[in-house]
Amino acid sequence: MKKFTTLSGPAAPLPMINVDTDQIIPKQYLSAITRAGLGKGLFHDFRYDMEDKEKPDFVLNREPYRNAKILIAGDNFACGSSREHAPWSLDDFGIRCVIAPGFADIFFNNCTKNGLLLIVLEEAKVNELMALADNPQACEMAVDLEAQTITLADGATVTFEIEASRKHRLLNGLDDIEITLQKGAEIGAFEAKQKAALPWLYR
Amino acid sequence: MSTRKTLFDKIWESHVVAENDDGTSLLYIDMHLTHEVTSWPGFESMRNNDRPVRRPDAVLAVPDHVIPTTNRGERIEDDQARVQFETLVKNCADFNVPLIPLMDERQGIVHIIGPEQGATQPGITLVCGDSHTATHGAFGCLAFGIGSSEVEHVLSTQTLVQKRPKNMRVSVDGDLPLGVTGKDMILAIIGAIGTAGGTGHVIEYVGSAIRALSMEGRMTVCNMTIEGGARAGLIAADETTFAYVKGRPMAPKDGDWDAALDYWRSLPSDPGAAYDKEVSLDAEAIAPQVTWGTSPEDVAPIDGRVPDPAAAADDKQKNAIQQALDYMDLKANQPIADIKIDRAFIGSCTNGRIEDMRAAAEVAKGRTLAAGVSAMVVPGSGLVKAQAEAEGLDKILVAAGFEWRDPGCSMCIAMNGDMLQPGERCASTSNRNFRGRQGRDGRTHLVSPAMAVAAAIEGHFVDVRELAS
Repeated sequence: MKKFTTLSGPAAPLPMINVDTDQIIPKQYLSAITRAGLGKGLFHDFRYDMEDKEKPDFVLNREPYRNAKILIAGDNFACGSSREHAPWSLDDFGIRCVIAPGFADIFFNNCTKNGLLLIVLEEAKVNELMALADNPQACEMAVDLEAQTITLADGATVTFEIEASRKHRLLNGLDDIEITLQKGAEIGAFEAKQKAALPWLYR
Repeated sequence: MSTRKTLFDKIWESHVVAENDDGTSLLYIDMHLTHEVTSWPGFESMRNNDRPVRRPDAVLAVPDHVIPTTNRGERIEDDQARVQFETLVKNCADFNVPLIPLMDERQGIVHIIGPEQGATQPGITLVCGDSHTATHGAFGCLAFGIGSSEVEHVLSTQTLVQKRPKNMRVSVDGDLPLGVTGKDMILAIIGAIGTAGGTGHVIEYVGSAIRALSMEGRMTVCNMTIEGGARAGLIAADETTFAYVKGRPMAPKDGDWDAALDYWRSLPSDPGAAYDKEVSLDAEAIAPQVTWGTSPEDVAPIDGRVPDPAAAADDKQKNAIQQALDYMDLKANQPIADIKIDRAFIGSCTNGRIEDMRAAAEVAKGRTLAAGVSAMVVPGSGLVKAQAEAEGLDKILVAAGFEWRDPGCSMCIAMNGDMLQPGERCASTSNRNFRGRQGRDGRTHLVSPAMAVAAAIEGHFVDVRELAS
């Protein structure tokens, strides 16, 4: 898994609540068997008109947000489906950090598995960052996971909280499967005990 | 710490393989359902890393999302969809994973076939790379949706690394009025708690109105738990549950059945067990529900009105309502019953079971679709379809002007070619009214099967209870 240490670049504002995963990456991108090119589909219906031409008003179609590295979003971001295409498409576009008052649970786990950092801040603080992001002259931000800080264009810093486990996984790019496979003996012992008690679960 | 435990506590604690230093748990997974859309990355990675599936006997695969609902048996025309479907078949063969083939009568939506085959049982942990895995909690098991990385983790290790969620209890007491269903109940619950109301929690549904529901109704309620933000919903298993499970192909048999019953009866929440969050609803106050916006929390009773953004509590809500009304092409304060529809869709993992087919046929019987309305009924599985046909429900629906299709996810997610055209408005029994979900610029109103059929007959939303009289 990709590590997450520091990230800097333009932060794009998306001042909407309950942005669902269908908005992040719609269904027509889910039937492929590759992750390649999903960045083109990110926020598809907001970004393109019916003729597949860019909508000039949408934030990611404007400078400097075409190169956005960070997204500032409204509450309950990425609610809905379990599609891991949502973090994949953000990552493929170049956005590896999202800041919001809250995130949906499945998306939250999917991001950690893909080395994307989600930062939860109080709504008032998110609103402040949203206003800065909305100004092309002030939208540059730098995230430092080790220090748990967001440095703003004027040099001020905002600190954030993160669970120790998630921070450790992201900083080191840890692969959960590798780690769990080393616990094969414990899993085997669990299975032996369960099989004795509930044999019908083993077919 | 209290020794009185919730149903969730008991299932969680009996599945912890190891507690990690960082506060997460390694949780054992008893059953893993899978389908074509979210499983290929896991199989691909396992092939590259030369890792086997740890317990093929604890996996059940079925194609459902991209499958056409007409001309079953012919080559799937869409190239991407066909390749994704064929990849699932090949992966299951290569990794020795049981697969229900497309042309098998048991094929259907993964959340319909799990219960039908008896793979879904009380007390187990069950996952699937699909958010509507919450459905299975209707059997008193801990069932939740996962992403593709977690699918691979389960295939490789039969476990997941999880942070323990909190307990939430939603109580619904009293009798649901005649003509009001589990779908109306869950829409009313989501309207009350909001689409993030259950985030970080597992919801246990309790109360006399929940107990009175059939398994089909309970599955509808648990299915949409994710629309209230909680990954899992639970209803304690009881005699209704046991009667449904008994005799199914993967259910415990003979001596195992009695041992299983003893175990299952030990699982319901202890009296006085503590919950982190509690919500109560009065079943008798619930009317048939219709969503008006682009989030499942945007819901109103059939005798209600579209909200007025000007009356919103704050600017954030005001903007959200205005954006929804613009997308849905509705006016503030418009009566719900005045909204005209173009299409109706009856099906999905929310409402594609036999009880839903019966409810649809009951309303359609002797009536015909309104001029200009087209409608399709998509049974949730081949077994549901066969049962409905044995009861003659298909003939009633076809006579009323409905299309009778082959099973699959169909227009709930619109990946298989069944979709709305831009601007079309649909009464849908599915679970999400998100923008573009059923087709770009399509407008979705979530309702029960009876309400969808009633709207298709009248051409606009109508209280099905008035139609019946």
